[in-house]
Amino acid sequence: MTGAPLTAAALLAAAVATVAIGAYGVRFSRTTSDFLVASRSVGPKWNAAAISGEYLSAASFLGVAGLIAKYGADALWYPVGFTAGYLGLLLFVAAPLRRSGAYTVPDFAEFRLGSARLRKVAMLVVVVICVFYLVPQYQGAGLALKTLLGVPVWIGPLVVGGIVIANVVAGGMRSITFVQAFQYWLKLTAIAIPALALLGLFFTDRGELGGPMPPTVQQRTTVAIETDVVVQVAEPAGISVTGTLDGSHVDAQPIPSPGEHTLGAGTTLTLVAGAATPVVAGTPATGKEWIASGGGLGGSHPLYQVLSIIVATFLGTMGLPHVLVRFYTNPDGRAARRTALAVIALLSLFYLFPTVLGAFARLSVPQLLITGTADAAVLLAPGAAIGGAAGQLLAALVAAGAIAAFLATSSGLLVSIAGALSTDVLRGRVRDFRVAAVVGGLIPIPLSLVVSGLELSRSVGLAFAVAASTLCPLLVLGIWWRGLTALGAACGLVVGGLTSGIAVTVAVAGGIDDHVLGGWPAVMVGHPAAVCVPLTFATMILVSRLTRAAAPPDVAQIFARMHVPERIGMGIERVPRG
Amino acid sequence: MTSGERPQRVQVVLAHRRGARMVRTRVEVQEQTLVGDALVRGLVRAQLGLALRLAAVVVCTVGAILLLNRVFPELAAVTVLGMRLNWLLSLLLYPFLYGVGRLYVRLAEQAERDFVGVVDSEP
Repeated sequence: MTGAPLTAAALLAAAVATVAIGAYGVRFSRTTSDFLVASRSVGPKWNAAAISGEYLSAASFLGVAGLIAKYGADALWYPVGFTAGYLGLLLFVAAPLRRSGAYTVPDFAEFRLGSARLRKVAMLVVVVICVFYLVPQYQGAGLALKTLLGVPVWIGPLVVGGIVIANVVAGGMRSITFVQAFQYWLKLTAIAIPALALLGLFFTDRGELGGPMPPTVQQRTTVAIETDVVVQVAEPAGISVTGTLDGSHVDAQPIPSPGEHTLGAGTTLTLVAGAATPVVAGTPATGKEWIASGGGLGGSHPLYQVLSIIVATFLGTMGLPHVLVRFYTNPDGRAARRTALAVIALLSLFYLFPTVLGAFARLSVPQLLITGTADAAVLLAPGAAIGGAAGQLLAALVAAGAIAAFLATSSGLLVSIAGALSTDVLRGRVRDFRVAAVVGGLIPIPLSLVVSGLELSRSVGLAFAVAASTLCPLLVLGIWWRGLTALGAACGLVVGGLTSGIAVTVAVAGGIDDHVLGGWPAVMVGHPAAVCVPLTFATMILVSRLTRAAAPPDVAQIFARMHVPERIGMGIERVPRG
Repeated sequence: MTSGERPQRVQVVLAHRRGARMVRTRVEVQEQTLVGDALVRGLVRAQLGLALRLAAVVVCTVGAILLLNRVFPELAAVTVLGMRLNWLLSLLLYPFLYGVGRLYVRLAEQAERDFVGVVDSEP
């Protein structure tokens, strides 16, 4: 690969900038409050950029474009939902959560319901969500470094894990704020310039996106298959296979007929220029199917899939600990609202570009649709479509953005894990925060190497489903319903956490066969939110009703503190022990 | 001042003192008397009602888009502004979401100002 030195330099530059800005921020980090909530002094503009920088993970930077290239119109609900989640957060959570004066989600649970046991349960849920979320980030890093530099897949998680642990251990929240605000703008630049370049190319040399044909390769292309895959072949002309085809060994033979074929690991596919690309079975093969809505994202019951994605992403953001923790860093409730609104604007701007890149990746790198590693679309499309030195520069820029995406999100998640562990398991001193950060950063590294490869946005979407069916009901009911009791909340967390957690584990481990019971078990495991979220709300409400007598006696006082503006002077800031 | 006449003494007042009533309402909210509790309940109900109404608007819009795409699959064949209509509708959701958020911030801050106004009002 000729662009490798340039790409490596860009990756290094992004990583060095991250560490340098983090080191600059370290000078301001002294107290535990600095480490946990940046001493609650971050204004809406910095905070919104930092939240967006932290939130735009590998799933947004790489995954969204990959899903759009692969599945088409229905995948648009992922970026829309990732943005809409902040509207939910703004409407139901932002200001009251900030006014509660809590410093982590478990602390909010204890403040609202006065139960130390519930606090422990919430802490466990926070750690589980963060780990579910961190694993795909590390996996994305492995995939990106492998695609870009050809290094083994375990290097990525180690490098990203190492940098993130170092940054968080050194400076906590205060220094992370600077780093993340910088990374939003880096990521926006890194994705906007290639997307605009491809858009310009599209208008000068118009390809056909919505036509009746499958996408075609523009030059002779060789594709290596690394894991067994079933592909849908629409037009076998011009494709030859060496390796295992439908279980038998072949050597440079054409595919006999259109339809579904199984390709074994180690097979290579050679496509002559202009040959129609096969696609992974279950994804839209022709441009017409791809551009139409309602096809779902593989598997049966597409409408249920879309509804479940909408539930998970619209409500999941409200329960993401690394997003919530940033809202505690606002000076007051009013600033928290303005921050959430600014985040919606920043995200809307950002998500236009992965959408564009995903659509054009179908034209420029259709061979990705064969192997199922469509997540690499953003990394490869600019170089493939433009070529020459300009293409290499764009590819290097995208690589820098991708590494920023892994670093920013992983840092935020690690701050949340460390915050929860250090104040609830250890004694809450700065040293405990650092120990917790090292432990929390190391655990997902082995996990990211063993679990199977769902698309990045899908695995992150599953983490959203867990958040939507645990912390979201806890916060929404805790903030707006006086009748919630500690037992009700704990039962809801356990029920929602277990059902969604088991579904996610099964889905990541390989899922259920699509032919069992009309496909419903498979689709419910792959998209659990639409079942788990109502179940959790119902459990919390029902158990709280049954244990009505146990509602905290000072609930009126607590509600006044959460909802009355700061000017009245009722707020009390909670601080960790230690 | 070494030369000239001394300037006239002026009294600087940062805010007009209000009657004892203001203090009483604030204390009522802070100490959760019956009146104070009723005021807080009113505020919570107003904010929740606002949030639920706006959420309903968003849910209906999203539902309408899903329904449109299901009932009229031919939307995918219509090109508006160089883009297929079903894709354009999804992209238009971004400015719509921002608009709803902006409206909420304005109305929620209005509700809070009203609350503070009631609490601090003249007798």
